[in-house]
Amino acid sequence: MGSVRAVLATHVAAVVTPYTIPVGIMDVLQVTLLVLVAAGATAVVLTREPVRQVIVLSGYGVLLAALFMAFQAPDVTLSELTVGAVALPMLLLLALAKVKRREK
Amino acid sequence: MHIFPFVVVVYILAVGLYGIVTSRHLVHQIMCLIVVQSSTYVLLLGIGYKTGAVAPYFYDIPVHTPAVDPVVQALALTDVVVEAAVTALLLAFAIQAHKRFGTLDPQELVQLKG
Amino acid sequence: MTPGQRRWIFLAAMAGLAAFYVWGLAGLPGFGNYPGPYGDIINRIAVAQTKATGVVSAVNFEYRGFDTVGEEFILFVAATAMAVVLRHLRHEREEDSPGATEDWAVPPASDSVRLVALIFTGPVVVMGWFLASHAQTSPSGGFQGGVILATAFFLIYLSGEYLLFRRISPVDVTGAFEAVGAGGFAAIGVAALVMGLPYLKNFLPLGTTPGAVSSSGTIALISFFVGVEVAAAFILIVGELVEQTLLVRQGDH
Repeated sequence: MGSVRAVLATHVAAVVTPYTIPVGIMDVLQVTLLVLVAAGATAVVLTREPVRQVIVLSGYGVLLAALFMAFQAPDVTLSELTVGAVALPMLLLLALAKVKRREK
Repeated sequence: MHIFPFVVVVYILAVGLYGIVTSRHLVHQIMCLIVVQSSTYVLLLGIGYKTGAVAPYFYDIPVHTPAVDPVVQALALTDVVVEAAVTALLLAFAIQAHKRFGTLDPQELVQLKG
Repeated sequence: MTPGQRRWIFLAAMAGLAAFYVWGLAGLPGFGNYPGPYGDIINRIAVAQTKATGVVSAVNFEYRGFDTVGEEFILFVAATAMAVVLRHLRHEREEDSPGATEDWAVPPASDSVRLVALIFTGPVVVMGWFLASHAQTSPSGGFQGGVILATAFFLIYLSGEYLLFRRISPVDVTGAFEAVGAGGFAAIGVAALVMGLPYLKNFLPLGTTPGAVSSSGTIALISFFVGVEVAAAFILIVGELVEQTLLVRQGDH
């Protein structure tokens, strides 16, 4: 019962002070994004064909960036977007092209 | 909600490690390593989060607004850049391995000698 | 050991590891109850001490600047090591003429890709520069700005003009930029040493308006150097891989 009171106190504090976020909505958003990230990680691992996996990895990077925004970390979001969704798939696709070229 | 993010962290780690162990292609293994590293970002940011707090940037909000922890965010930022550097080098090694041994299957590469 | 056996052994070991990991993480104060003193202390004093409103960048470049020096040199060494690992082996040769890629069955870049790359190259450069120079104000910083600057060069490569990409970012010049970036960062720290202060102490005037572009002393300067270095390192890394893909051939066939 004490924990319920603590949660209620946090809700009231979040509504009364300016520049804070409604706690209920943030909870739902974070739980949804966490579940999506877990599903995305499973999808990345279970895709066996490397070229397709690069595309799935790029989508996973965008999902992670959304999760980091929900955790109130915009700097890490920017880094993850640029590195994980643009630069890393570029490197991976170039290496895959090199390997496939030699197998011909 | 108290330990759910941390359970997700352990799940992502387990899934990534499973991908590394049962992989048949070096580049697939490298991508599973990326997934494993991403679990540490979620862990770092999950530790520093405060309920009802905003991002620690004070150019349009008053300075004493409750904000989340900036130190773990700096650590996670460093982590992302290091991941890119490590992946680039691993890809270079994979290319050279393919040139020398002709195969990218890690379970066959173990048995080749020189 | 067969793959099936390997899979079962892994699952058994992972179950044990996951149990220990969750047990350890359950001992934390729970998600959302952040108890530790450092985050609150830094949030309270950072703006007054450094006149920078982007506290994460202030932590990165001032309070924990030494870690950032190490991270920058990780990127630097990675770019160098790529060049070493992908060196020409004895039985390879490199084609350098414009007609080298003609007989490789490479499909020409489509017109829509070239149009999008052309439209976006300029704004991407401006965006990267904006991000790299506003580290102390808002969520941006040297690293993000540097990677976005490198992306502008990748757009040129993607639009099919591989030789133009090589010509406007030759390895010597890009390597010189990278050295300037990494060396500049280290030099700022040494300049503080020369003045008798600890390494990487903020010795430039801090400005009066928190968060203005010209405020916060060495943070803005370090962010600029880091942006240059990260962009150059990524261009070098991708240049190495592109050279391997398109130009290096095996023997003579």
